[in-house]
Amino acid sequence: MAAQLVRKAFSTAVPLARRYSSEVRTVTLIPGDGIGPEISAAVQKIFAAAEVPLQWESVDVTPVRGPDGMFGIPQAAIDSVNKNKVGLKGPLMTPVGKGHRSLNLALRKEFNLYANVRPCRSLEGYKTLYDDVDVITIRENTEGEYSGIEHEIVDGVVQSIKLITEDASRRVAEFAFQYTKENNRSKVTAVHKANIMRMSDGLFLHCCREVAEKYPDVKFEEKYLDTVCLSMVQDPRQYDVLVMPNLYGDILSDMCAGLVGGLGLTPSGNIGLNGALFESVHGTAPDIAGKDLANPTALLLSAVMMLQYMGLNSHAEKIQKACFETIKESKYRTGDLGGSAKCSEFTNEICRKIAG
Amino acid sequence: MCTDPAGHFGSMAALGKNFFNLVARGTLSLPSHHARCLHGSAPNENSIQAPVSKPKSRTKCTLIPGDGVGPELMYSMTEVFKAAGVPIDFEQFFFSEVNQLMSAPLEDVAASIRKNGICLKGILSTPDYSRTGELQTLNMKLRRELDLFANVVHVRSLPGVKSRHTNIDTVIIREQIEGEYSALEHETVKGVVECLKIVTQRNSARIAKFAFDYATKNNRKKVTAVHKANIMKLGDGLFLRSCQEIAKLYPKIKFESMIVDNCTMQMVSNPRQFDVCVMPNLYGNIVDNLAAGLVGGAGVVAGASYSSKCVVFEPGARHTFSEAVGKNVANPTAMLLCGTKMLNHVNLQYYGDMIRGAVDRVLKAGKVRTKDLGGQSTTNEFTFAIINNLK
Repeated sequence: MAAQLVRKAFSTAVPLARRYSSEVRTVTLIPGDGIGPEISAAVQKIFAAAEVPLQWESVDVTPVRGPDGMFGIPQAAIDSVNKNKVGLKGPLMTPVGKGHRSLNLALRKEFNLYANVRPCRSLEGYKTLYDDVDVITIRENTEGEYSGIEHEIVDGVVQSIKLITEDASRRVAEFAFQYTKENNRSKVTAVHKANIMRMSDGLFLHCCREVAEKYPDVKFEEKYLDTVCLSMVQDPRQYDVLVMPNLYGDILSDMCAGLVGGLGLTPSGNIGLNGALFESVHGTAPDIAGKDLANPTALLLSAVMMLQYMGLNSHAEKIQKACFETIKESKYRTGDLGGSAKCSEFTNEICRKIAG
Repeated sequence: MCTDPAGHFGSMAALGKNFFNLVARGTLSLPSHHARCLHGSAPNENSIQAPVSKPKSRTKCTLIPGDGVGPELMYSMTEVFKAAGVPIDFEQFFFSEVNQLMSAPLEDVAASIRKNGICLKGILSTPDYSRTGELQTLNMKLRRELDLFANVVHVRSLPGVKSRHTNIDTVIIREQIEGEYSALEHETVKGVVECLKIVTQRNSARIAKFAFDYATKNNRKKVTAVHKANIMKLGDGLFLRSCQEIAKLYPKIKFESMIVDNCTMQMVSNPRQFDVCVMPNLYGNIVDNLAAGLVGGAGVVAGASYSSKCVVFEPGARHTFSEAVGKNVANPTAMLLCGTKMLNHVNLQYYGDMIRGAVDRVLKAGKVRTKDLGGQSTTNEFTFAIINNLK
């Protein structure tokens, strides 16, 4: 966001803006586990072909035991993101029920990534049951159900605390409206369950209402989570930008991804106070790792989001166009899209389109 | 327990032709052996003697019309029941949270349901606030009072209802007295609210057992536990563990688990992979509605809530549709299907099948459709069409 604001502020001073965008900037790359390294390599290759003025700083986030005896992200990785302010991340493994906090969660906390943005758009040429999806889910990313505060009160009774704060709710609402305005969208829908969780979701809703008043030209509506689920699968066209607490966002964003063909096609960006981290949200797919079969689309589109965030719009557009066209032509589709192309063939075709 | 066999629908459709032949021959009210031959192919139904399910005595049922279009739908349902000659008497209570002055006390309603063992209920609307600062909704109070721990929604593609997905046949079983709906919230300091989600071993094991029993009884092959144990390691972890433990007692039924966000994604892209799903409260709410959306919306999906003593039948996707009040446009299908489920539950299959058959015929013919299904017919017209198709 900061970059966009800066860009706007200097839009009249052409030479400065030009220098700004032609400067080579460093971006942290977290290749991830499983298929992560190969799809990261694909993205790097495509970026090189498009001559994006970026250089990558690859870091490893395999947890190490810190001085406090807890496993955590290595300091070097944290420093790198803090320095560069922008990062791209492949999929990471989160073991189920192993007692330590998930890495994704830790990264979010570390960099204060408070808003998760997931655009879901039907891809032309790749047919699913829904061909008219164009929604953006914005999810509060730091608290709510994922606060990680849980305890067993007595044997067999567990309480998990869902934490909702005014600050975080207002912050994400503010971001949602700002994003809606900047991206020329028309409507924000607050998704909640305040009829059941009257205080916590009530607070979230209250914050959304207050922020909505500041944006009179953006349409605002409130919907119950269950209503959104029901009507989303019946008619996704009625939604535009959705803003919601953590868990609902997690569920709805994946559901929307399901409408357009799965997590292999949907990008994701995490916007924070100390920077932004763009990532592909699909799994690590250990079964096809290293076989050159993975689909790099999600990571590539996330990288495109990153370019837009950094104000490198022309490069972003070029890459996105090449990617969409390659999928539309369906000659070089990977296995998950019903094709038989290898990851490298798909990548090469995109590079060829960019060059040509 | 609802006795709908999995293949019920298929056999209805397949025997439809046969059925119309019977009608053409002038058999206005079907003799009992015909009613039986209708379902001859379904394994469960063979054991039911049709005459047994047409008793002389009358049954009592509690009726809660609910808010929004509830009363209109209930009226439609009672008209159909009347026309079919169903030997059921209703004990009606107006019960509402948004209309407190007119609402019957919770104790009276609960006592009636306890006495009758069955209840037909419309949807109660739950406001976002409460004048007294009360956090529990009336729905939750009723569920707790009666210990209605299990909610079962059988989501099934209906013939004649156009939707993107076809051949969906999934049962969603939802734990509904704890979890996120525990109504324990407090503001620790200004601007910071804590909301407790409670998961207990006892209730998790109970719902898991219910799901496996349901699967066994209804010839289902697989139970999927839906959870978020990767994030809520203790809470959902406990739920998942309870399910795994119960699963060991049912070696014939396949057990798998799925993370809730993946589940919703799979549900919209490949819903046919699901058989019976069991999940905590909030996820159940989400998946119920999502699945209802896949087969035609809130107007066509029936559900039921069970305790060990009584059953409350209510539409599966809980929407009051209050913007349509008085407009005569709501779809009574869900409520009628609730009625047929209730009839089957109290061993009045004869009537249950009769109404179910009429609903299927009207939907399949597609001549009379309410707005939600793409038609222009009113609630009344739809109700009359059902009544005219009672055979």
